[in-house]
Amino acid sequence: MIEVENLSKRYGDKLAVDNISFAVQPGIVTGFLGPNGAGKSTTMRIVAGLDEPTHGRVTVNGADYRKASAPMAELGILLEAKAIHPGRSARNHLLALAQTNGIGRARVDEVIDMVGLREVAGRRVGGFSLGMGQRLGVASALLGDPKVVVLDEPINGLDPEGVLWIRNLLKGLAAEGRTVFVSSHLMSEMAQTASRLVVVGRGRLIADTTVDEFIAQASGQSVTVRTPEALRLRDLLLGRDVTVTAQESDVLTVQGLTAEQIGIVAWQANLPLFELAPQHASLEDAFMELTHDSVEYHSSDLARDGVAA
Amino acid sequence: MTTTLSREIHPDRVTPTRAIRVTQGRVLLSEWTKFRSLRSTVWTLLIAVLLTVGLGALFSAVADSQYHTFSAVERLTFNPISTSLSGIQFAQLAVGVLGVLLMSGEYTTGMIRSSLTAVPQRLPVLWAKLGVFAAFTFAVTLVASVVSFFVGQALLKSHHLSVTISSPGALRDVVGAALYITTAGVIGVALGALLRNTAAGISTFVVAFFVVTPIAELLPSSWRSHFAQYLPSNAGASLYGGTHNLAHALSPWTGFAVLLSYAVVLVGAAAWRLKRADA
Repeated sequence: MIEVENLSKRYGDKLAVDNISFAVQPGIVTGFLGPNGAGKSTTMRIVAGLDEPTHGRVTVNGADYRKASAPMAELGILLEAKAIHPGRSARNHLLALAQTNGIGRARVDEVIDMVGLREVAGRRVGGFSLGMGQRLGVASALLGDPKVVVLDEPINGLDPEGVLWIRNLLKGLAAEGRTVFVSSHLMSEMAQTASRLVVVGRGRLIADTTVDEFIAQASGQSVTVRTPEALRLRDLLLGRDVTVTAQESDVLTVQGLTAEQIGIVAWQANLPLFELAPQHASLEDAFMELTHDSVEYHSSDLARDGVAA
Repeated sequence: MTTTLSREIHPDRVTPTRAIRVTQGRVLLSEWTKFRSLRSTVWTLLIAVLLTVGLGALFSAVADSQYHTFSAVERLTFNPISTSLSGIQFAQLAVGVLGVLLMSGEYTTGMIRSSLTAVPQRLPVLWAKLGVFAAFTFAVTLVASVVSFFVGQALLKSHHLSVTISSPGALRDVVGAALYITTAGVIGVALGALLRNTAAGISTFVVAFFVVTPIAELLPSSWRSHFAQYLPSNAGASLYGGTHNLAHALSPWTGFAVLLSYAVVLVGAAAWRLKRADA
C-alpha cells in the first residue's frame, strides 16, 4: 500500500508535483498515467525516498520508506532513468544490491532466471540493449520479494514478447496480494494491465478511478454514419445537444444521439444507410480529453515555435 | 502462465535465520562486491603500485649515479628513505582519482539511485565505501611502499647511502607513506561525494595536492613559513620525510593529524550532503 498525501515537489521555480493525494491499494495493478513531464517520475522518486517532498508526505506500507529496516522487502522499484553502473556484470550488480539487505546469492540467480537474463548475467551491463536493461531493473526490483512493486515505464524498449511478459508478471504480482504501481504514457497498455488508474497532468491529479469509469467519464460517445444522403441526414439530425461533423462527403460523425435514434430518423426519412457504427471512446481518447489542458507541450505549439525559429 | 509465475516468485528464498535487514556489515560486503567488480578499480590500483615502485627506483638510481655531483648541503640533507619513496607523490594522483571515481561514478551512471533505494538510510553506503576503499588501498600501498623501500635501498648501496628498515624512522616512514596516500584517497572519495561530478572532483583534488603547493613556493618565504607546512601535500609528506624543502616542517604525526583533519571535515560535509540533498 502506498499513500500519497498533499504531495508537492518544487525544483527551482518549477512545480513538478502540485498537491496530489491518492492511495495505491494492494491486490490490484494500479496504472499511473500522464503525459511526459506530468510528474510521474518525480512522484515515484519521492516514494523511493530519493527526493524530499516540498510539502506533504508519502508512506509505503504505512511508514516512511527512508526509515525502513528491511527496505527491499517493503519496496522494489524500477526507475525510468538508468540506475546501473555499466562497468559491472548483471550478476554483480544484483549481488551488490542483494548483499545490503542480506539477500543471498540463490535469490540473485533466481531473479536472473525469472527475467530471462541467465545467458548474459556475466556480461557487463554497458553492452545491454534497452530491453535487457529493463529486465535487469525488474530483477533488482523483485530481489527482496517486496510487498510493494513500483515500476516507472517498464515496457519502454521491450519487444512484444517482453511486453506480454511484463503484463503477466504485473498481474501475477498483484494476484499474490502485492501492491503494484506502474507508470506509463501508453493508455492502451494500461487498459490491458491495470484495473485502477491514477491520472496526472502538469503535476496535478486529474483522475483517481477505475479504468471503466475513466472511459465512461470521458466525453460523449459518437456514432459514425455512412450514407449517400449525408447532407439531408445531417439537417434532420441536428438539434439541441447534437453535433454532426462530416469527415468525408458521405460520412458523418454524430454526437448526442444513439445509433438506434439515428437509424429510426433515417428510416422515417427513407434515407439509405450503408454504415451505422457506434464508436466507443478508447482509453486513449478519454485520456486525451482529460489531459488536453495539462499537456506540457502541444504539438501545435511546437509547430508554431518551429516556424518562428 | 500466472501459476508458474507465482511459483517462481514465492519460494523460500530467505532462510529464516537470515531475515532481510540492512546492517552496516552487509552494506560493507556490498561495497566490497562493487569495489572488486569494476575493472577500473583494479587497473588504477595497479598503476599506483607501478608508479610507487617504478619512480622510487628511478629516483634512487639517479641519486646514486649523480651523488658525486651533489653539493655539500645536498649531501647533508639527502634522505635515502624519502628518496626511495618518491613515487608516492605520483601514485597519490592515481589513488585520488580512484577515490573520486568511486563516488562520482555512482552519480554519473545513476547507480546511486539503486544504491540509495536499497539502503534508504543512506549514510551506511558512504561509511562502507570509505571503509572498503581505505582498507584495501592501505593494504596495497603498504606493499608498494615496502617494496619501494627495499628496491630503493638496494640501488643506493654503491655509495653506502642506503639504510636498513631497522634504522631510525625507516619503518615509520614506510608505513607513513601508505597512510598518507590512503588519507589522500579518502579526501578524493569525499570530494566525489560532495561534488557528484568526476571532472570537478579530480580537478579539485589536483588543485589541492599538486597546484596549491608550487604556488605557495612563489610567495616570500617569510609568509610561506607560516602556513606552507599545513598544506595537504606538505602535511602528508612529513609522514615519510619528504619535507626537506620546508622551513618549519611538521613532525610526522602532527602532519598526519593535519591531513586527517582535512579528510574529516570533507567527509563530514559529504555525509551532510548525502543525507540532506535529493539524490
